[in-house]
Formats: sequence, structure tokens, C-alpha cells
Amino acid sequence: MSTPFEYAPAPESRSVVDLRPTYGLFVGGEFVDGHADPLKSVNPATEEVLAEVATADADDVDAAVRAARRAYQRTWSRMSGSERGKYLFRIARLIQERSRELAVLETLDNGKPIKEARDVDVPTAAAHFFYYAGWADKLEYAVAGGGTPQPLGVAGQVIPWNFPFLMLAWKVAPALAAGNTVVLKPAETTPLSALLFAEICQQADLPPGVVNIVTGAGATGQAVVSHADVDKVAFTGSTDVGRSIARAVAGSDKRLTLELGGKAANIVYDDAPLDEAVEGIVNGIFFNQGHVCCAGSRLLVQESVAEEVLERLRRRMGTLRLGDPLDKNTDVGAINSSAQLARIRELVEAGEAEGAERWSPPCDLPERGYWFAPTLFTGVSQAHRIAREEIFGPVLSVLTFRTPAEAVEKANNTPYGLSAGIWSDKGSRALWTAERLRAGVVWTNTFNKFDPASPFGGYKESGYGREGGRHGLEAYLKGADQ
Amino acid sequence: MSPTSRAEVRKTYKLYVGGAFPRSESGRSYVVNDAKGRFWANASHASRKDVRDAVVAARKAFDGWAGRTAYNRGQVVYRIAEVLEGRREQFESEIRAAEGVTAARARAAVDAAVDRLVWYAGWADKLSQVVGGANPVAGPFLNHSAPDPSGVIGVVAPDGPLLGLVSVVAPVITTGNTCVVVASEPHPLTAVTLGEVMATADVPGGVVNLLTGPRAELAPWLASHMDVNGLDLTGVADPELARNLEIEAAQNLKRVRRPADEDLLATPGLGRMTTFLETKTVWHPVGR
Repeated sequence: MSTPFEYAPAPESRSVVDLRPTYGLFVGGEFVDGHADPLKSVNPATEEVLAEVATADADDVDAAVRAARRAYQRTWSRMSGSERGKYLFRIARLIQERSRELAVLETLDNGKPIKEARDVDVPTAAAHFFYYAGWADKLEYAVAGGGTPQPLGVAGQVIPWNFPFLMLAWKVAPALAAGNTVVLKPAETTPLSALLFAEICQQADLPPGVVNIVTGAGATGQAVVSHADVDKVAFTGSTDVGRSIARAVAGSDKRLTLELGGKAANIVYDDAPLDEAVEGIVNGIFFNQGHVCCAGSRLLVQESVAEEVLERLRRRMGTLRLGDPLDKNTDVGAINSSAQLARIRELVEAGEAEGAERWSPPCDLPERGYWFAPTLFTGVSQAHRIAREEIFGPVLSVLTFRTPAEAVEKANNTPYGLSAGIWSDKGSRALWTAERLRAGVVWTNTFNKFDPASPFGGYKESGYGREGGRHGLEAYLKGADQ
Repeated sequence: MSPTSRAEVRKTYKLYVGGAFPRSESGRSYVVNDAKGRFWANASHASRKDVRDAVVAARKAFDGWAGRTAYNRGQVVYRIAEVLEGRREQFESEIRAAEGVTAARARAAVDAAVDRLVWYAGWADKLSQVVGGANPVAGPFLNHSAPDPSGVIGVVAPDGPLLGLVSVVAPVITTGNTCVVVASEPHPLTAVTLGEVMATADVPGGVVNLLTGPRAELAPWLASHMDVNGLDLTGVADPELARNLEIEAAQNLKRVRRPADEDLLATPGLGRMTTFLETKTVWHPVGR
């Protein structure tokens, strides 16, 4: 299938971003040196080194936790909620003011299409700060059972590389609104927007030590979550790392929330509005190159419409534009790292080896950088690795079903339980299905919608606790309902 | 004992699994003495296999129990209170025998257990509105969140023979979970008697499964079981054991309630229910 028409390039200017050659850690309101080996953050679309970033060893993490504890005791927990809220409103406004710069930086560091960074990541991050800012002086309404809930203390937060700035907002905004201070570790491949956030904290005159950012890889994260003076651990990332964090905090008084992997089913019934369903399927798996924990990576389509859905889906996949993430036309950007690309390739090879049929539209991949074409697997059985393991890439596995009960059975046949999609024009059938799906977020006739007011998080091995809404605030409070 | 006096018919205390009262498949038992140190009964000493059978029974019961209306679950939990109230003399005498407490203390414990069940029964059809609701998202969507039971919960009950057990079981089942309970190790017999109450109070078989035996032996099988979704460690007094159980529980990311000092006579908060609930958020577009 050939592309019906060509687009002239519409590249966003990268001159709005003023990259420094080196970045330090952000501790106690200042940028400081790190004492582990610095890392180089790379643009995955070009393999160009963007900047050298300091990394934190255990002593650096300790200094950050001490700064956070000091700020907690001396200022942040003593400040009135309305004052804390005003700092968060300031941060929300600063994010909006610097949104173009943040979006371009995010695209450079992560590889995601600029239209996604610009239209989803950055505005939703600002919205999270705006939302939680308003909670700061209303905490007595946040926890059922009466009384004024108390903050927990110092929160250690570790975030992933797929939505670097948005995940920062999900973690930092509720923690601060509740009166906690934070030590945040961004992912080692995408630290730059967090360091720009440090500048935003400075511009907001946020009291020093309320937000501390320690960059580094797994060892730095381990030092954060296992630090004895951290009261709360929040992690978004892989289920395997989530397990090891749960073990690390076992027997302590640390509170823990985990937002982990997924293998979401996207169920298409025979009465679904097919054009919308196809858009939802494409959005579900190719949004952000499929680097989405709630991606609709298992398409469950009712047998009677399977052929038609697949035909429309292939046609639609043929129009996806893959390439320069800074181009405003781009639909599918770069894979975030060579390691992730290797993981996707390994699972796709396993899919072929196990007998599923692989298809991609004709697609020229750029010569430099990390790329993977949008890919569809048909003839997938529930036992195949591509139906069970999280690929975290632009790869969709298609299975079929005959009855609603079979759809539910197959959808729930996974150790994960983060999200699911349902496409049907019959309200009672959609709600019947939604009731039975063991997943924390169910999108009916839509997919991949996020909002600060909407709780997000998983069942089973997709983790526990919720982010967003009143529920997300509760995770940072000691309340009356223990 | 005079030749004319009547020999009492004693009860065999067995396990309560899947709505039936089997002995331990292992054939093992252990001696339970009363508070004065006299032989009372041989309790079943449950095994790993019994734990696994109980988890199978709890899983089998889950869809049906979770799928009932909240109103119906509330009525069943209330029915437990009714049946318990009707058999209060038996429980009072068992509590006195087990703990050596006064008649007044035993009566107060039964009062509290009955009242606790009534309190939780009323929550069944109210909790969703308190912890869930409509979410005002910035777009044309109907979006709401509601609690949903986590699944099969492993419960290590505290020592108290009746109130302790009721305090940990009622919140778990009221919301639609099913459970496998390791009963009080020193006072296991009252748990078996409470099983008789469950069995006659319209609690579907498998919703509550009660095992007796050493906690340190049984709890690790629950903690490491991959088809158990949550673990309540209330009855684990040894911090090292609690830590190890939490480590085991991490294998499939069980929701864990850690042991903590609490006054079981006080009105509880929502935490015992919310620890074992998932929040499900459903989106739907709005349009003409």
C-alpha cells in the first residue's frame, strides 16, 4: 500500500531549547555535582548526545533526602495549605508559559512526536499541578472518616522514560499538595525535562529542598527507595522492578504505591462503530510508539467482524507517518533507546518463531537513531509470548473471540490489570463488559485518555494505589480511615 | 463421674473449606487446652495442601460473591450477625473456656462481634459512594470511579477467638472478596464454631475458609500463593515473620496490610475494607 499523498516537512524549531552542555543534580534548591559517573543523554532519533548529566551515588541521595527532610520540617509541613497551593499554581503557570520549550526538549530527549509532547504531555502536566494546587487547602475533605489528614514526610519517587515530564507531574503535584517534600529520580535516558523543572522550581521561588532531583540509573533509584529516612515510595516502571521495590520496603513503615506494566485488551464487538474503533486501536497501540504501560497491545476482535476490522486497520496503518519526531506531521517517533529497541526486536522474533503472522506497512526507517515500524501480528494464541509479555513498543497482537463471555475471559487472562478498551454501540453490553474486566481503567469507545481528576492505576501485577483525583492525593496522606 | 451421669457429646473441631467441614488432608491434629490447662479438643493441624484447596475454593466462589448486588451482600453479612446473636451463649462459654475471662467480658466480646458485623453489613451498599464517584474530566466524557474487590485475600487472624476473627473477616467479605483465614493459633476452636455460623447464614461456600494450625507454618503458603491477591498480616506478632511474609507477597504484588497496634473494641475506619479494594475508572464519550 502506498502513501496516498506526501506531506511537506513541518519541523518545530529546536532553537527554543537552550541546552547546557552539562547538568548537575538539584538538591536543596541548587544545582550540585554528582559523585557517580555522569551519563550522556542521547536524542534517540539521531543518536546525538544532548548533554552530560551528573549522577547521584548513595551519599548524594542521602544529601537530597536530608535536604527534603529539612524543608519538610522547617517550611513545607508548617506552611498553610493555601500558601502551598499558591506555589503549585505558580508552577502550573510556569509550565504553561514554558510549554513550547518543554515540549521540544521532551521530544529531543525522548523521541516522541512533537504533536504528542505539545498536545498531551506538557498540557496534562500543567493540568496536574493546577488540579492538585486546589487540593492543598482542602485536605480535610480528601480522606473519608473526618479529621485533618497529615502528610507522610519525605517521598522518594522514581519515574520512567516514556512520559518523563508528565510522570514527574503525576508524582510531584499530589505529594507537594499534601505537604510532603520529594526526592525524585528521573529515568537515565530522559533526565532533561526534570532538570528544566528544577529551574521552574527556582523561578517559582519554591522553598529550597521541597523538590530535589537526583539523576542516575538503577543504583540511584535503589538508593532512593531504600533510604531509611524516606517515608513514602512511589514508583512507575516495570513489574520486575516494582517487585524488587516491594521487597525492599517490606517490614518497614514506608508507604508504597506502584504503577507497573500492562498488557491491555482492546475488545471490538461486532456492533462497534468500526471507523472509530480503528482510530482507537491505532491510538491505543501506536501512541507514543507503544511506550505506554496502558497501551491496548492485545486486540480482541469478534470473529464476525475480524476480517473487516483488520482490513481497515491495515489501511489506516499505511497512512501513519514515521520519522523526525520534531516534524509536526509525525505520528510515530523514535524508540527511546537501543536497549528498548533490542527488547522489542527480541519479542517480535519470538512472535514469528511461535507461529504468529507478522505484518507492517511499507515504511522507510531513518538511517540513524532507533526505529521500529508499526507492526501487527495475526494468528496469535493466548500462550504466545507476544500475547503475554509487555512489549512496550509499536506492536499489536490480534486475537479473536465469539461471545462476550469469551472476550472477558481472554481479556482477563493475564497477570496484569492496568487498562482495557471496549468498542460497542450497545450500552448494556459495554457496561456488562466493563463490570467484568479486571483492570483499573476501562475506556469504552475511546482509548488512552488521561485527566488529573481521573484515578489511574492497576489491578493484580500492574501495581497498587492510584494516581490522579482524590485517590491520588490519599496516597500521600495519613488519614482517619486507616 | 457417677454411673448414672450423662456423658456429654463432644464436638469434633475440623476445618471450614468450601462450605464443608473437612479434617486436614494431612490427618494431623494438635492439642488445644482451655484456660485452666485442661484438655479441650484436638484441632486440625492444616497443611500446605489444605491452604491450596482453600484458595481453590475461595477463587471458585469469587465471581459469584463479587457479582452479587451490594444490597444482597449486606444482607448476608447482617444474617451472620443474626445467627451469631442467636448462638451467643455457646460463644460466651467458648470464650470463657478459651481465655479464662469473666462472664461479663465474654458477653462484651460477643456484643462487640455482633455489632461489628452489623456495622460492616451496612457498609456494603454505601462504600462506593464514599470512596468513588464521578470525575469531572476536561472533555466530553462520562467518567466515574468505583471500588471493586481485589479477589482472594489471605488473612492471618489475631489471637482473640471471636472479636479478632470477625474484625478481620467481615471487612474483607463485605466488599465482595473471598478469603482464606489462618485462625487464632492459641484459640482456634471458636473459629470453627464461627464457621458453623457462616454455613447457616447464607454465606456461599468458599467465601470464607477457615484453617487452624501454626501461623508460622501456614501463613507463608498463603503469602507465596500466586492466586491470592491480598494478605492481611494483623495476626502476625513476630516482626521478622511479618517482613518475610511481605517479601513473599511481593512475588505477585499482593496488597498487604501490615500488623499494627489497634483497639479492636473501637469503631474501625475504612482501611480494612479499602486495603483490599481496587479502584476501577470507566470512561465513555458523550455526544449526540
